[in-house]
Amino acid sequence: MISGISIYEILTVSTIIFFIGIYGFVTRKNLIAMLMSIELILNSAALNFVIFNKYLFPNELGGAIFSIFIIAVAAAETALALAIIINLYRLMMSLKTDDLETMKY
Amino acid sequence: MDILTLFVVIPVLTVLALIFSKGIKQHRVVALIGFIIQTLMSFNLIYQYLHERAAGNNDVMVFTKDVMWFAPMNIHYAIGVDGISVLMILLTSIIVLTGIFISWKVDDLPKEFFISLIVLASGVYGFFISVDLFTMFVFYEIAVIPMYLLIGIWGSGPREYAAMKLTIMLMGASALLLVGILGVYFNSNADGGALTFNIFEIAKVNIPISAQKLFFPFLFIGFAVIGALFPFHTWSPDGHASAPTAVSMLHAGVLMKLGGYGIFRVAMFVMPAGAHYWANFFMVLAVIGVFYGALAAIKQKDLKYINAYSSVSHLGLVLLGLLMMNEIAWKGAMLQSLSHGFITALFFAMIGVIYGRTHTRIVTKMSGLLNVIPVAGALYVIAGMANLGLPGFSGFVAEMNIFVGAFQHADTFHRVITIIAVSSIVVTAVYILRVVGMMLMGPTTPEFKNLPKISWYEKTGTYILVLFIVLIGIFPFWWGGIISDSIGPFIEKILTF
Amino acid sequence: MDLTYTVLIPLIPLFMFLFLGLNYKRIKEPLSGYIGTAGLLITALLSFYTAYQYFFNYGKVDEVYQKIYAFNTVWIHFTESLHIDMGVLLDPISAVMLIVVPLISLMVHLYSIGYMHKEPGFTRFYAYLSLFTFSMLGLVLATNLFQIYIFWELVGVSSYLLIGYYYEKPSAILAAKKAFIVTRFADFGFLVGILMISYYAQTFDFKILNDLDFINNLKMQTGIFMGLSVITVALVLIFIGGAGKSAMFPLHIWLPDAMEGPTPVSALIHAATMVVAGVYLVARLFPMFYFFDDGFALHVVAWTGAFTTFFAAIIAFTQYDIKRVLAFSTMSQIGYMMLALGVSGYGGHEGLGFMAGIFHLFTHAMFKALLFLGAGAIIHAVHSNYMQDMGGLRKYMPITHITFLIAALAISGIPPFAGFFSKDEILAAAFEHNFPVFVIGYIVAGMTAFYMFRLYFRIFWWNEPDYKHKPHEAPKAMTIPLLILAFMSIFSGFIPFDEFVSPDNKPFHSHIDWTLAGLSIGIGVLGILAALLFYKKEKDLSQRFRYAFGDFYKWTFNKFYIDDIYFFVTKTIIFKYVSSPFAWFDRHVVDGTMNGIGNGTVWISTKIKKLQSGRVQDYAMFFVSGVLILILIVWFSINY
Repeated sequence: MISGISIYEILTVSTIIFFIGIYGFVTRKNLIAMLMSIELILNSAALNFVIFNKYLFPNELGGAIFSIFIIAVAAAETALALAIIINLYRLMMSLKTDDLETMKY
Repeated sequence: MDILTLFVVIPVLTVLALIFSKGIKQHRVVALIGFIIQTLMSFNLIYQYLHERAAGNNDVMVFTKDVMWFAPMNIHYAIGVDGISVLMILLTSIIVLTGIFISWKVDDLPKEFFISLIVLASGVYGFFISVDLFTMFVFYEIAVIPMYLLIGIWGSGPREYAAMKLTIMLMGASALLLVGILGVYFNSNADGGALTFNIFEIAKVNIPISAQKLFFPFLFIGFAVIGALFPFHTWSPDGHASAPTAVSMLHAGVLMKLGGYGIFRVAMFVMPAGAHYWANFFMVLAVIGVFYGALAAIKQKDLKYINAYSSVSHLGLVLLGLLMMNEIAWKGAMLQSLSHGFITALFFAMIGVIYGRTHTRIVTKMSGLLNVIPVAGALYVIAGMANLGLPGFSGFVAEMNIFVGAFQHADTFHRVITIIAVSSIVVTAVYILRVVGMMLMGPTTPEFKNLPKISWYEKTGTYILVLFIVLIGIFPFWWGGIISDSIGPFIEKILTF
Repeated sequence: MDLTYTVLIPLIPLFMFLFLGLNYKRIKEPLSGYIGTAGLLITALLSFYTAYQYFFNYGKVDEVYQKIYAFNTVWIHFTESLHIDMGVLLDPISAVMLIVVPLISLMVHLYSIGYMHKEPGFTRFYAYLSLFTFSMLGLVLATNLFQIYIFWELVGVSSYLLIGYYYEKPSAILAAKKAFIVTRFADFGFLVGILMISYYAQTFDFKILNDLDFINNLKMQTGIFMGLSVITVALVLIFIGGAGKSAMFPLHIWLPDAMEGPTPVSALIHAATMVVAGVYLVARLFPMFYFFDDGFALHVVAWTGAFTTFFAAIIAFTQYDIKRVLAFSTMSQIGYMMLALGVSGYGGHEGLGFMAGIFHLFTHAMFKALLFLGAGAIIHAVHSNYMQDMGGLRKYMPITHITFLIAALAISGIPPFAGFFSKDEILAAAFEHNFPVFVIGYIVAGMTAFYMFRLYFRIFWWNEPDYKHKPHEAPKAMTIPLLILAFMSIFSGFIPFDEFVSPDNKPFHSHIDWTLAGLSIGIGVLGILAALLFYKKEKDLSQRFRYAFGDFYKWTFNKFYIDDIYFFVTKTIIFKYVSSPFAWFDRHVVDGTMNGIGNGTVWISTKIKKLQSGRVQDYAMFFVSGVLILILIVWFSINY
């Protein structure tokens, strides 16, 4: 246990991070910024894993392992996303979602 | 195969033959032959029908046939005809036949044009022979859809807009119709027994009064939209103005008759209580249509718009006659359906003939055409005279039946309604003579000094129509007799419910 | 006796119409005239024979002229008693019309061979004339009210076609249109009247409608509308129809314009036959007019007639177009006939007015046709309708001159010409029954003499203008009809009409009251003398009178601006303030609503469409907000 800090404070932090991420994802027009927001969401989730693991099942490691998984997947995903973004940028000379509307057609 | 089903089958065969024919000449000939057969069959049908009646067959419907189509919902392919429907079938055949003559020169996708026209006609035939509401509805839809193509592809002016408007409004009407039909269907077991779509089965059942009051307007409006009831008539001016000649003829001449026929045969027949309950309300709408259509026609400049509003006015009389709830007016309404079919087809044909030469339909741009194309001019005058109800032509007979019938109600409401309707004869004269005076008489417009004469196919088409207009006008007792013979069941059901 | 052959009387002209109309290109100028005339000759002989046989052979049974249905067949069947028939009715008044209509028509057919020479559409003209004759005969022979209405419409349309004969002339088109629409408007009244009768009487048949027992029964049954029996209202409406065709004030406006048609047409239709259809109609239903509400409808007839006769006579004073003078004179004389019917009683000598009205109809047809045909000959000679272009024609056109003079004397009521007798009977009838109407009639008699002789002196005396071509007498085809009609104008007054025509179909005896006759001759002579003073030589006397009357002259000259009032009502009010708004309303409000529904759907769909943007961000947004809202809902519902 971390002295002086209850699970609530940490969960609050993770919730705030989560919603910052959501907010960023919904409002940002830039693909990179959106990607960053997604990272925040993932990180808040990873944080939750760790926290719950620590506070609820202190003798097990499932949560921590899961968060490592998440980090790994997030890294791969980010690499992939960045590759797409760079290609898109080369193609469109822009990363604003409004300019990329033609993608859906 | 029985005589009635042939009416639906022959158009289908004609369509097949058209698909395999090559070249515009073959298309025309195939279409023409198909419809000559169809017309001969209509005459034969009338002959057979009269024969049958003379032989003492007093069934409501003759040549009936009933095949189960979809058992779980008790849908049948049930057909049969009475005096009214055989005349309507004759009307359809004549108008499609003359329409084919008039569109002899269609050279843009002629095959597809004739196919659409004939599919439409087969829908109409199917409608007139069905006695099962569901089949009737199916045929109705078959008739409406080709209209969209015919106007949208071969039309003129803002044709996409007009075609879409027409189709959407008629589809809206179909939606109401379907609600009404289902309403009737689910009440058709009120006396116990199975649910049924058959009109005559339903007529035997007393549908609960509340259900009648609820569903009558659905069926009535559903049919009345295609019968150009005010205020649902606005598809008609635009649609007619944009449609090619033969389509205008067929549409105003036949398709708009489905409305009156459907109201009489279905809405009023299966729901007499509803009809009585709503009659006054719809009568007001009908008479507004009569008077208002005529007045609106005065100011129009486009020939087809004039005629479209005139149709609104004359079909208002049909609805009025139906709602007047007595034998004379009903007979008048059915005669008016027939008569208006022939007259308006002649009118549209003549407009087509004139437009084909002058390439304008604006009245004020033409003058003195009687000098250049005398036969066409004279035919237009005949159409006009028939339209304004000159004795000797069919319009007079029909209108007088309606008026006399309408006057057999002594209360002030009916009186006022009737007198307003009668006053439309004056307004009709105004708009007809205005056009005749402006377009046909007067000094000839210089650019129209040399117009080609009316050709043989146009002549043939229009002469046939004139012949029928005069036949009804001079021998109304014959036509009226066929109708009266079949009106008995309606009197029994609607007036003595 | 088999009288079925009488159906041929109207059918022969119908056949002629179809024959000439369908072959109008193949049959060329003189031939079509001959064919038409020959056909009409047969019709005329048949009708004369029928009329003769009717009056002298089989018509009278027990001293009463019978209504005989020579032919009758159901045409449209409504109910057992209510049906429209087509048939041939023989009774005294239809027999009289059987003489008038074919005779005048025959004269006009003959005359037109000369008059219409080298006109384009000669065959068409004869086809129309045949159509008219057919319709008019059908009208007078009608066995029922509805048949009259049917042929009433048909004469209307033939009148339309003939007025618009010169269809390239805008004024002719307008006149034709006006004639048709005004009479159609009147027919609206007629039709409503018929429909009302159809409901209350449940029959259209004249035999029944004019039956006294039936009328008495009907009186008991019918309802009251605004203090009058409904039948009276119906009769007044029917009279409106009659007034429209007979050009009674205020439905007269079409008649002067109708003079745009060829002159023989004016003679036939707009002077002698069609315009008296209204008189004939009132005479046809006379018992009903007389017995309902103490003859209220008949009073309407009398006063309308009296007013019109006076009104038209005033206007006739100031017109210069000779055909228009004659047209107003026609109006005035028809007013006279209406007046005569209006003051008539029923039974025995009381029926004098009825007899006089029909008598006047008969004599008037003769001399008015003569006047018009004479005017046609004059117009043919000088190529103008206006008095200013005429004068001194007596030297050039002796036959026309003499016949015109005879007709003028006849219409002025100078014995022994025909007009004297009929007019005298009318005045006598009016004197007995309705003194104010008598005074009007009496004054109008003098006025008639004045304006007719104004016309006569202006045409045949006055000063000769410079004629470009020397006027010449008309060809034989034209003068022969003139002579025949002149003969009739002189002698037809001696026919003892009281032997033949009376409201109850029983012959009676009338005699000329010489005091009244003397008075009417006096005023007629006075009128002639005044005209002589004013117009025999070119003088400025008439000019001075004209200035003395100033504005009144102007009003009269412009026909009291009635046309302008109509024009205002139709063009401005109906077209501009009724029809245009209706058309606008239809395009913008009704259609606008329909389009609005369509556009509304499109609008909503474009709004909704934005939701389906394809952007993950937006979807995420909706998702998140949806979840939040759900959470809130759940949260609140748990807590409260």
